[in-house]
Amino acid sequence: MTTLLDPTSERTTHERRLTARPTDLAQSTVALLDISKPRGDVFIGRLEELLAERGVAVRHYRKPTFTKPAPLDLRRQIAGECGAVIEALAD
Amino acid sequence: MSLPVADGLLVVVKDDCETCHLVVPVLAELVRTKTPVALVSQDRAGFPDGFDVVHDRELDISWHLGTDTTPTIYRIEGGEAVDEQVGWHRSGWERVAGTTGLGRGLPDQRPGCGSDTMLPGNYERLLRRHSPYPMSSRRVELGTSEDPIEAAFARGWTDGLPVVPPTEERVARMLEGTRLAADHVLCTLPPDLAECTVEKVAINAVMAGCRPEYLPVVLAAVEAAAGSSFNIHGISATTYFTGPVLVVNGPVRRTIGMNSGINVLGQGNRANLTIGRAVNLVVRNVGGARPGGVDQATFGNPGKLSFCFPEDEEGSPWESLAVERGFSPDESTVTLFAGHGPIEIIDQKARSPEALARSLALQLRMVAHPKLAGMSEAIVLVSPEHTRVFWEARWTKDRIRQEIHSLLTIPTSEMVAGAGGVAEGMPGWLADRKPEIPKFGPEGLWFVHAGGDAGMFSAIISGWVGGRTGSEMTTVAIDY
Repeated sequence: MTTLLDPTSERTTHERRLTARPTDLAQSTVALLDISKPRGDVFIGRLEELLAERGVAVRHYRKPTFTKPAPLDLRRQIAGECGAVIEALAD
Repeated sequence: MSLPVADGLLVVVKDDCETCHLVVPVLAELVRTKTPVALVSQDRAGFPDGFDVVHDRELDISWHLGTDTTPTIYRIEGGEAVDEQVGWHRSGWERVAGTTGLGRGLPDQRPGCGSDTMLPGNYERLLRRHSPYPMSSRRVELGTSEDPIEAAFARGWTDGLPVVPPTEERVARMLEGTRLAADHVLCTLPPDLAECTVEKVAINAVMAGCRPEYLPVVLAAVEAAAGSSFNIHGISATTYFTGPVLVVNGPVRRTIGMNSGINVLGQGNRANLTIGRAVNLVVRNVGGARPGGVDQATFGNPGKLSFCFPEDEEGSPWESLAVERGFSPDESTVTLFAGHGPIEIIDQKARSPEALARSLALQLRMVAHPKLAGMSEAIVLVSPEHTRVFWEARWTKDRIRQEIHSLLTIPTSEMVAGAGGVAEGMPGWLADRKPEIPKFGPEGLWFVHAGGDAGMFSAIISGWVGGRTGSEMTTVAIDY
């Protein structure tokens, strides 16, 4: 019998429930997160128009660079100030 | 472990050794003295006949003593070997035994035989059993008819090519390549932010096909990759082509037999190919960056299997990449660059450095896109024939860099989005602020001497997003 050594990190996956989805955006502020990729502003701008037509308040945020995860402080700030977030993921 | 004698003499012999048979009369002389003598046989239990012999069936005594030759005579004091003589060497045996007149009639000396501890299979088994750093990774027991190579595929451990099955024996042997303990935590590896031990790197190095002496290079590269400046998370996750490119400098290139000459970026050299592969396997298996998961590359590139090469320092008139980056020529280093390629540069007609620099600049403008600047970086591999053109005029790497920066400082009006009917390009507002923009930043262009002697070519390894906003070229010493 051959025995091999596991080359992986051997981490197990923890399942966590998603935060409950908001049923009505009118009561919450929506974060519009620009990840600093070209044309992200176009996408964000159009979303802002559409949300404004529906009376939804928005706040703008921006990642310093699209190449790295959003800094922890930025994530905390968004979580504290908004009830939902839309991220302009790619150009 | 306790030896068969705490204070006295101990002789390790084996039946399958002509010199051990030769010294049997000497053993008889020794056991007749007042000094306690233990005879230890590695193979046949009763050898030599007529003596009280300890059979070292599992070779644990020999391993403990570090026996690599039979016969070996040891002086044991307080349970530890304090002196030894390998083979038959009269004066050496007399020194160890503290006596004279041993082995009259025998030749003065006779070389011994290889110890059974050194036999292939035995060595790895003993190494595993006596490792001071027992391996803690999960054991995966395969079925008797299960092919280990197929099992590795089935468990998602490979990069698409077969891997060497990481048995305990192979990993124990690999760990001999470093002085670090197996359980030493080398780094926390993105994107999963998983703890990466030396043992995990060794397992993946076995799978990649590395030899133990390559392990320090792999360890240095993995640790550098995990640092925030290199940003392996972003490199792994990007839709772009890029992957880790490793440039090795310093003495280690020669001691482990890397190829910096003919076909330097191609197939054929074990060290070049398996070191790069090991790093990518660690990023995959420990870091968790797998294609289709975190790795969202549109195309990727074949170098994501392995992209590792050394600089040809001996053939170069220039300072090496490592020296340019602040290291001594005597230090072994590995430089990590987020890149892909190569893009070819043909110039068979240039006989002046100015003309050749113009060719390089033309092609370097292509990196990422001819109308994008200040984003990507590049390494240019300069072949011996192109190096000759530059060096005949005593152009240094820095002189070439300055010339190309000058040639690639481009009118902004050509570069902005929409210019020339091409939508891609730099933001339009730049045109109002800067009349011209440099293609590469001050740290964005590097030169490495490598390649075969024939061919008036150079090669561009294009980068990803460079600098702090993306990935910073990272050079570290190999000292593991």
